[in-house]
Amino acid sequence: MGDPLFWHRLQFGFTATYHYLFPQLTMGLALVIVVLKAMGLRTGEARYNDAARFWIKIFGINFAVGVVTGIPLEFQFGTNWAAFSRFSGGIIGQTLGMEGMFAFFLESSFLGMLIWGEKKLSPKGHFGAALALWIGSWLSGYFIIATNAFMQHPVGYTHAADGSLQLASFWAFVLNPWALGQYAHNMIASVVTASFVVAAIGAYWTLKGIHPEQARLNLRAGTIMGLIFSVLVAFPTGDISGKLVAKYQPITLAAMEGRFESGPRANLTLVGQPNVAQRRIENPIQLPAVLSFIAYGSFSSNVKGLLEFPEDQWPQNIELLYYSFHIMAGLGTIMIAIMGLAALLLWKSRLDTARPMLWVLMLAFPFPYIATAAGWAVAEFGRQPWLIYGLLRTIQGGSPTVNAGHTAFTTLGFAGIFVVLSVLWLFLIGREIAHGPVAHTQKA
Amino acid sequence: MEMLWFWLVSVMVAIYVVMDGFDFGAGILHLVVAKTNEERREVLGAIGPLWDGNEVWLLAGGGSMFLAFPKVLASGFSGFYLAIWLVVWCLMARGISIEFRSHLEDGLWRHFWDGAFAFSSVLLPILFGAALGNVLRGVPVDGSGYFEMALWTNFRQGPQPGILDWYTVLIGVFALVTVAGHGALFLAWKTEGAVHDRAKGLAMKLWGAVLVLWIVASYATSAVNPGIFHRLPQAPLGWVASLIFLAGLALVFVGLKRERFLLAFLGSGAFILGLLAASAACVYPVMLKSTLDPQFDLTALNASVGSHGLRAGLVWWLIGFPIAIGYLTFLFRFHRGKVKAAAEGEGY
Repeated sequence: MGDPLFWHRLQFGFTATYHYLFPQLTMGLALVIVVLKAMGLRTGEARYNDAARFWIKIFGINFAVGVVTGIPLEFQFGTNWAAFSRFSGGIIGQTLGMEGMFAFFLESSFLGMLIWGEKKLSPKGHFGAALALWIGSWLSGYFIIATNAFMQHPVGYTHAADGSLQLASFWAFVLNPWALGQYAHNMIASVVTASFVVAAIGAYWTLKGIHPEQARLNLRAGTIMGLIFSVLVAFPTGDISGKLVAKYQPITLAAMEGRFESGPRANLTLVGQPNVAQRRIENPIQLPAVLSFIAYGSFSSNVKGLLEFPEDQWPQNIELLYYSFHIMAGLGTIMIAIMGLAALLLWKSRLDTARPMLWVLMLAFPFPYIATAAGWAVAEFGRQPWLIYGLLRTIQGGSPTVNAGHTAFTTLGFAGIFVVLSVLWLFLIGREIAHGPVAHTQKA
Repeated sequence: MEMLWFWLVSVMVAIYVVMDGFDFGAGILHLVVAKTNEERREVLGAIGPLWDGNEVWLLAGGGSMFLAFPKVLASGFSGFYLAIWLVVWCLMARGISIEFRSHLEDGLWRHFWDGAFAFSSVLLPILFGAALGNVLRGVPVDGSGYFEMALWTNFRQGPQPGILDWYTVLIGVFALVTVAGHGALFLAWKTEGAVHDRAKGLAMKLWGAVLVLWIVASYATSAVNPGIFHRLPQAPLGWVASLIFLAGLALVFVGLKRERFLLAFLGSGAFILGLLAASAACVYPVMLKSTLDPQFDLTALNASVGSHGLRAGLVWWLIGFPIAIGYLTFLFRFHRGKVKAAAEGEGY
């Protein structure tokens, strides 16, 4: 606890995880809103615009919390991770700067128009504002993922005379293969979150028997998008992400699976508890040879175990990494099953009356949030002990002049602020849900 | 190339101060110029659609500094650790105050957010001004390229000053009064009725105070950092910047006298922009001056990244900057004219 690095890591992990509860919804919702506004424009039916109006309110509250909880993350690069910033700022400063220039200006300029502008703008203008927010938020996502991808799989750099990193190829850095794979996986996951939330609201209103037209619309939209995107998040994008890990971070793959021994026909562990001291998985339930196939596309491929690598290269927190991965993958499978079943009932026109399924849909919305947080935990714990994979260790990245007392103070400060924000968020979102969708009385 | 980036970063930061400055100013003054709920919604309606975009200039400016001068960012942010977090917490409180206030039609709820908005709007310019004060005065950077500073020590100058000492607090107060005056002119321009009248009355007094504080602050700066103005005569950009801020100052008073508030507001923007640019010209190429030894100074030359990164950054900067200005123009045109308080549930 007297180690500043402990607090730096806790603070970044805590603030980043908390922050990302909000953008994952708003990025997905932005797409939902664009679709709803487009349907409204095409069909001229009021129900699409009524639904969009409700979701724009939810979007606005989440976006505001997302903005204010995102600011501290940008600052932590300099305050808590000064050595890391000094070492790599010449590279990751590019994407962080571009995020401000190309994404944040776009989002902030049109946010007010989306939230308050429906009466002032033409229907096309309001659709345009929704489109701007969608493009802006998805661009922002790319710049952040590209920054993270550099830390996972550094490309396009060279060493300067003083040892720090310099940009050698802008396009190699920006089009990092890791970034492309991770971006697809992450953005699709954000649509899964939004779909589950939309479906949950639809299910809630259906179960209560209120706002029947809107309930049906949301249930339908949430289920259809939910099925499509929960499948896409696993295949092909999850699969691609897994193969990237297998290719560029084989030690991480071994730790994610709690695999110690090397060998062909590697088993995929579904359930089991890693015992790192004894170098084994306890109480395993495994699918034979499946890990080999997932990682390298053939059942006979050799998958290296942790023992093949020096121990100082292992991720330090193998247990947490293992569970994060299994929680993500497990929930991903459950989510496909839920949405598959709901879509089947929808197709048979029985979803509106299938109360057990509606209960499941109403209560399942935390799953994508948990799976997403777990997925990011896999990426970040899996990268350890490196801050930039193979180039800079985490213990070398902290600010040399900031002591544990400073960082403990600000971390506790954030804990307090986030409690207040959570209460406010719950209160305001609860009110909006209770209000429900509001029809426009006068047309703009 | 390093020199160009020094100026790009300086200009971005200066634009940030001009832009967020007027919404800070509105926050500083709103308890005084707007008494009723209706009037406060008028003030929030004026800055509501703009504040978030204004704040992006800070992030974009910080991002530009990160990519061009990571050593300065690393040293400054970790050295000013606690002050930076106070700034961040105030920025968070401010954003939430503006965005959440209108959600509930309840007197206590709104009073709470009004208070949080005013408090954070007052503290922020003092802290930002103090940051500028630290840059002008210098900080104890040593051979490692880092420094460590307490938030305050004994408020005196010396080899180990605090982030807040008499000088930096003075610059903070100067900043506070200046952005309050800037905000008063913005409100006088954008509002009508009681808010307009009060803002107009305050603007005259505030700009009188700015004039006095500007002279005091300039004198104090030369006392704290004796060589600082010596560079000015040889720096053509410094001359241009000085002309801009002097012209801006004159415009403020002319505009106020003739009741042409847009003119006065543009003048106050030019004053802030010019003053910051002139400060940058005075310290160039030093970005973080060392109070210990000039050889430890972090400068645009010894703290920059390699030329490939600077060139690549310049390419997208030249694309992105006009787009950002385009959005800004569009926003101001879209919200042109005097602001009216929005109906309940339809605006800030």
